[in-house]
Amino acid sequence: MLNFFQLIIIYAGIYALMAIGQNCITGNTGMLSLCHAGFFCIGSYATAIICKTFGLPFWFSLPVAALASGIVGFLIGVPTLRLKGDYLCIATLGLGEIIRNIATNVNPVGMMSVPRAQLFGYQFSSRNKFTFILLIWFFVLIAYILFRQLAHSRLGRAMVAVREDEVAAASNGINVTKYKIGAFTLGAAVGGTAGCFATAYTLTVQPSSFTFMVSVMVLCMVVLGGMGNLLGVILGAFIIEFISYFPQLVGLSSVIPAQASQIIYGLVLVVMMICRPQGILGRDKYRYGDPRSTFSKLRDAVKSRKGGEVKA
Amino acid sequence: MSRLLSIDGISVRYGAIEALHQVSMSVEEGDIVALIGANGAGKSTLLKAIVGQVPLCEGSISFRDEVVSTSEKHRKSLPTHMLARMGIALVPEGRHVFADMTVEENLDMGAFFVRDASLVARKKEEMFDFFPILGARRKQKTRSLSGGEQQMMAIARALMSSPHMLLLDEPGLGLAPLVVQDIFQKIKLINSEDKVTVFLVEQNARMALRSSDRGYCLENGRIVLSDASSALLENDRVRQAYLGE
Repeated sequence: MLNFFQLIIIYAGIYALMAIGQNCITGNTGMLSLCHAGFFCIGSYATAIICKTFGLPFWFSLPVAALASGIVGFLIGVPTLRLKGDYLCIATLGLGEIIRNIATNVNPVGMMSVPRAQLFGYQFSSRNKFTFILLIWFFVLIAYILFRQLAHSRLGRAMVAVREDEVAAASNGINVTKYKIGAFTLGAAVGGTAGCFATAYTLTVQPSSFTFMVSVMVLCMVVLGGMGNLLGVILGAFIIEFISYFPQLVGLSSVIPAQASQIIYGLVLVVMMICRPQGILGRDKYRYGDPRSTFSKLRDAVKSRKGGEVKA
Repeated sequence: MSRLLSIDGISVRYGAIEALHQVSMSVEEGDIVALIGANGAGKSTLLKAIVGQVPLCEGSISFRDEVVSTSEKHRKSLPTHMLARMGIALVPEGRHVFADMTVEENLDMGAFFVRDASLVARKKEEMFDFFPILGARRKQKTRSLSGGEQQMMAIARALMSSPHMLLLDEPGLGLAPLVVQDIFQKIKLINSEDKVTVFLVEQNARMALRSSDRGYCLENGRIVLSDASSALLENDRVRQAYLGE
């Protein structure tokens, strides 16, 4: 049982990274994109190729995975981000499927027995799930801090302006195209790192696992937790992961088909849209230049420990 | 006085439909210029052309003696955000406020490309002095403001970047007559005190012509009249078509 919970926590971490990336695109900048499975796929393959084919260490594959999916995100973004709303959604959905189909055709059997990730001689293996939890959630924390800072920065402010009103944003001197493509690229890169950790955990890559449902799941997490709310989307990742493993958790996996969870996602989305459209933790509070941002809190904490004056 | 904006024979087409036909006009520095016209005359298209949101089929637009848009193939029009940085501040039709941000945050957005924080703070206080109602509502979500307050906020936001020229698209749209009067008074003050050139597009012809120095009248995509606003107010054609006299 403990083992099973640990598994859920690991996958929740991987999906939390995905959801943070999707949140940058959909939550902050307001672009409805449905191709995060594609970025996940690219990150997974990049890691498998770097670690297995080239025999390089896992830590080298991490930036490569981010960069590769970031570049693909950029290339997808340049033509598609002229589209808005439903049209963007359809175009990105198609591109996500294209990525999966390319993977299926080039490498139909997938890649197996990818070497394990190592840190100072320690091997991260799926047998010791606890260290894996530490590894993944450490990176979730880093992503959380980085994106929180981003949301509070000038860039984050421009992204919110683009989401709220493109006409007004442009007439206030904001380069709408630049911020849309930037947010898309960044979100894609984070999706790629999630793929990197997934490969490091399962040590296999299956092209059939990057279906459209993965993108839907990630979007569900963002909507469920609260668009633009980082803590919300991480919570959303937890809840959705828990739902998808629920049949196995209660020992009914032989009775309840795996596809049942898709019905539940749909149900969750519908119920949320009716009862609490802003998500569980609510939409982001726009707090540009909030003096109580993470870093200044840390700074104050350090100062007070040193016995210095803390500004209110 | 020098010429701030000059539009030379521009035509704009949406597919087969010609929205503007060889429109020429100019805005002198320091003036308030009004463009009046009925629904569908092409007023909004003309503003969109000025801020680079629709391509030109013919002609060119210059701002401060620099060509910003032309129909020639080798030069595209400057995008809206670049024009904003050059000093053309647009208050879009229907206000387009950032509804989920507070009044103060909206004003911050108006000064997005101004890097000097103390200048932004000073500008903000100026705006709160000029529009006291916004000062009172500075921490309030813009969504909760009335239509007139939102329009004032949209104007204040546009002024945050200290523009050379303020473009106003239907500032009186959907507002009570008293509020419209108030807003036009503010526009006149902005022009006389801050020396901001104003170009406004308005269906409320009487209000627009009374507040402006020069007026242009647009019909079916063509400029049919242009004169001093006081003369246009006396013009028989304007009186019949737009003032209902």
